[in-house]
Amino acid sequence: MTTPTTNSPTVNAAEDLETDGPAWIGSALQPVLAILAALVLGGLLIAATDERVMKAASYFFSRPSDTLSAGWSAASAAYQAMFYGAVFNPNGNSFARQIYPFTETLTVATPLILAGLGVAVAFRAGLFNIGAQGQILMGATLAAYVGFTWSMPLPLHLLLVVLAGAIGGGVWGGVVGLLKARTGAHEVILTIMLNYIAVNLLAYLLTRPSFLREGSTNPISPPVAESAQFPLLLGAPFRLHWGFVLAVAATVFVWWLLNRSTTGFELRAVGSNPRAAKTAGINVTKGFVIVMILAGALAGLAGVAQISGTEGSLSAGVAASFGFDAITVALLGRSTPLGTFLAGVLYGGFRAGAVTMQTMTGTNVDIVLVVQSLIVLFIALPPLFTAARGRRSRRDKSKTTRSAGAVKEAQA
Amino acid sequence: MKLELREITKKFGSFAANRDVSLTVEPGEIHCLLGENGAGKSTLMNVLYGLYRPTSGEILVDGEPVEFSGPSDALHRGIGMVHQHFMLVPVFTVAENVALGSETRKGVTLDLETTRRRIREISDQYGFAVDPDAVVEDLPVGVQQRVEIIKALVRDAQLLILDEPTAVLTPKETDELLAIMRQLKADGTSIVFISHKLREVREVSDVITVIRRGEVVGSVSPEASTSELAAMMVGREVSLTVDKQPAQVGEQTLVVEDLTVVGDNGVTLLDNLSLSVSQGEILAVAGVQGNGQVEFVEALLGLRKASGSIRLESQELVGRSVRQVLDAGVGFVPEDRSTDGLVGPFSVAENLVLDLYKDPRFHSGPSLKQKEIRANAEQRIKEFDIRTASAAAHASTLSGGNQQKIVVARELSRPLKLFVASQITRGVDVGSIEFIHDRIVAERDNGVPVIIVSTELDEVYGLADRIAVFFHGRLMGIVGPETPRETLGQMMAGATEEEVRSQGGLAHPGLQPPENSGTDSTDHDGDAVSNLPWEEQA
Repeated sequence: MTTPTTNSPTVNAAEDLETDGPAWIGSALQPVLAILAALVLGGLLIAATDERVMKAASYFFSRPSDTLSAGWSAASAAYQAMFYGAVFNPNGNSFARQIYPFTETLTVATPLILAGLGVAVAFRAGLFNIGAQGQILMGATLAAYVGFTWSMPLPLHLLLVVLAGAIGGGVWGGVVGLLKARTGAHEVILTIMLNYIAVNLLAYLLTRPSFLREGSTNPISPPVAESAQFPLLLGAPFRLHWGFVLAVAATVFVWWLLNRSTTGFELRAVGSNPRAAKTAGINVTKGFVIVMILAGALAGLAGVAQISGTEGSLSAGVAASFGFDAITVALLGRSTPLGTFLAGVLYGGFRAGAVTMQTMTGTNVDIVLVVQSLIVLFIALPPLFTAARGRRSRRDKSKTTRSAGAVKEAQA
Repeated sequence: MKLELREITKKFGSFAANRDVSLTVEPGEIHCLLGENGAGKSTLMNVLYGLYRPTSGEILVDGEPVEFSGPSDALHRGIGMVHQHFMLVPVFTVAENVALGSETRKGVTLDLETTRRRIREISDQYGFAVDPDAVVEDLPVGVQQRVEIIKALVRDAQLLILDEPTAVLTPKETDELLAIMRQLKADGTSIVFISHKLREVREVSDVITVIRRGEVVGSVSPEASTSELAAMMVGREVSLTVDKQPAQVGEQTLVVEDLTVVGDNGVTLLDNLSLSVSQGEILAVAGVQGNGQVEFVEALLGLRKASGSIRLESQELVGRSVRQVLDAGVGFVPEDRSTDGLVGPFSVAENLVLDLYKDPRFHSGPSLKQKEIRANAEQRIKEFDIRTASAAAHASTLSGGNQQKIVVARELSRPLKLFVASQITRGVDVGSIEFIHDRIVAERDNGVPVIIVSTELDEVYGLADRIAVFFHGRLMGIVGPETPRETLGQMMAGATEEEVRSQGGLAHPGLQPPENSGTDSTDHDGDAVSNLPWEEQA
């Protein structure tokens, strides 16, 4: 068959009845299957690269059970270590030590959730925001500057730092929305380019004396003031800070915004059918600007979580790869606020558990990256799932394939 | 080719889209499947074309049972299908599109010469006038459809399925298509013709099978009366004429003066148009598609830049944003509901407030009032008889007629000062047409000025209190509904009212409507008046 000239959004009522059960089961099923499939494949990979398994495999044909049991124990030990490192460690000598891993997961998840929301909210308005990385960096830069130069009492200073982060990211995102609205430039190109600008701008700033520690030439800023840091949520030794509460609040806010507010109604209409939105009197270009400011501000808050939460100072690596992981998180979360939150926690767990896995079983941390990438791959393979779930609307398919393609592009 | 369907049942979950459908298509027969939107016609054809597997029942080709696992199997057995939405690559040429999927190769290079020759042969044989080297996206819709037919014929299809082929065509193109169908039939090709337009069905079919709610209601000959067919299709008596009292014309509240729209390429699309509409009257805008009607309503709504003046109750609308125009009390039903009127993935309830969410009824501060929106949906669904599983169902799951009811319900659910509707019953089934027409007349009787844009002359005559005829972006005149079809036809082809009248109304017996694009010159040579496509063929 050839490509249709008109892509009809009309689906037969009959076709829709083909999928059983409520819609949310269908939409949650795919990410869950993708995670499971990725974990299974990752397990096979762990087994295949394990030394004992390789030894046992050399006499596979005389005693295959050796290889299989060695493989099983290698994979299960690695995943068990990951679980210990990410969720619950039964070997801890106190309750605090036992649940410490999960608080670590939430700590790492905080910037992922915030930046993920930034990508998700843009996606709901039909924009593909690859620029979370740059938005995090700019948010972090402005937040750090306010954090280490100004000196004020705690609640006020922290509030201003949070605001500065949101503004930094919001401006970086808003530029994209403005350029798209004014000139029609494509947001994917704009955000990718602005990522480069942000990275290099930060590198430049970190050579200026005003951003460096006194008497030092290392590209790292002075630590932010105590009053500019998120207080710890559970006290020492836990690193979990109030930034996580901010992430929870942001999730609730985005949910409310998308599903319960007039602005969200407009944004979703613009995202799903810009022509109908325009005919209904919605200002589509204004929608682009608003949503990109919002997306940037959310990513900027992820930068604040880094500065005022875990890092404490500004450096070139302050955003790690959170901006790109955020795209995956939003994709895995189907661009819904709750989905993004859960996906953020999952990826936080992967990051937290990977370290423990390597120290306990010697499995390479990169396995976790492979698992993460496999999840994206499985989500980007809709034909596999459509074959299993029957025919779905053509429009849905093209959307998933398009976004997945762009993710790979961005990560390349 | 003789085709038999025996007791075909197709179930989706517990829902039976087709139940025990049996029908026989004889060789060289035009067999019409008539039914409302959502009656199961398309599902049945998708079963026949191998896109769906039937739950039970069998398909026989020339007496031999066959099983199709995909369209290529169906094509192999000589069954070709022209979908309602064309399956063409817009940037490919006609020849490339036709070759696609069954390319002939010369070594590793594509051999399009054979395909080109075949296209020319078929095109000459049936008078298609299709250039194999034209790029598809540059072709008018009617010609694109012929490319689809050629695609099937090149693959030696002996049975053609045409799924609502006239839904996208102008009256003239429709007429040409019907002629092509007759010629194909004369050459022995069987045709399954899916439609819900009664007149063309009666004109061209040999046998009409009526389907309602997935079941065959009966087979009738094309001699059956239109109202008989409509009643079978809908399951009850339907009135095909619009019941309305004479207009109680009030104050002239909409005044359009010197409205001019210039397109991006500098072409004047709307040329110094002046007209006015009074409270309590329906002004129908008639014309062959592409003569400025779309630009006119877009300018009215503020979707398109225009110069001149549009005053609604002495408020200037030119230069206002769409939001401001809507707030001024304009209700608007766009021509293409699925792209301009509805957001498919939104629920019915959300679509019912798509341009009303800023109304104090539906929001307080930045929050939407969920309860009110739901209550509003329940009420409109009841009032407009919108057939949907629930208010939370996605609008895209509804049939065309019910989607249109959502748009109409939304636009009529607030006090209006002007109601504008474009092709309001296109692709809508008979039962819904009746309902929508009644609502429009009710709105008129409430004292609202109404503008209806339609290419269907039946609809124009049924609704209009006055008829404005557009040609090449100019107003040819405004006439009463008693004006004969021939006069209107000549005006639609570029004659002014005075010209027609001064020449005794029938001075140009050979007048033809303009070409589809409406940009060609008015050629006054052609067939006799009785062949005008829009003429009643009763």
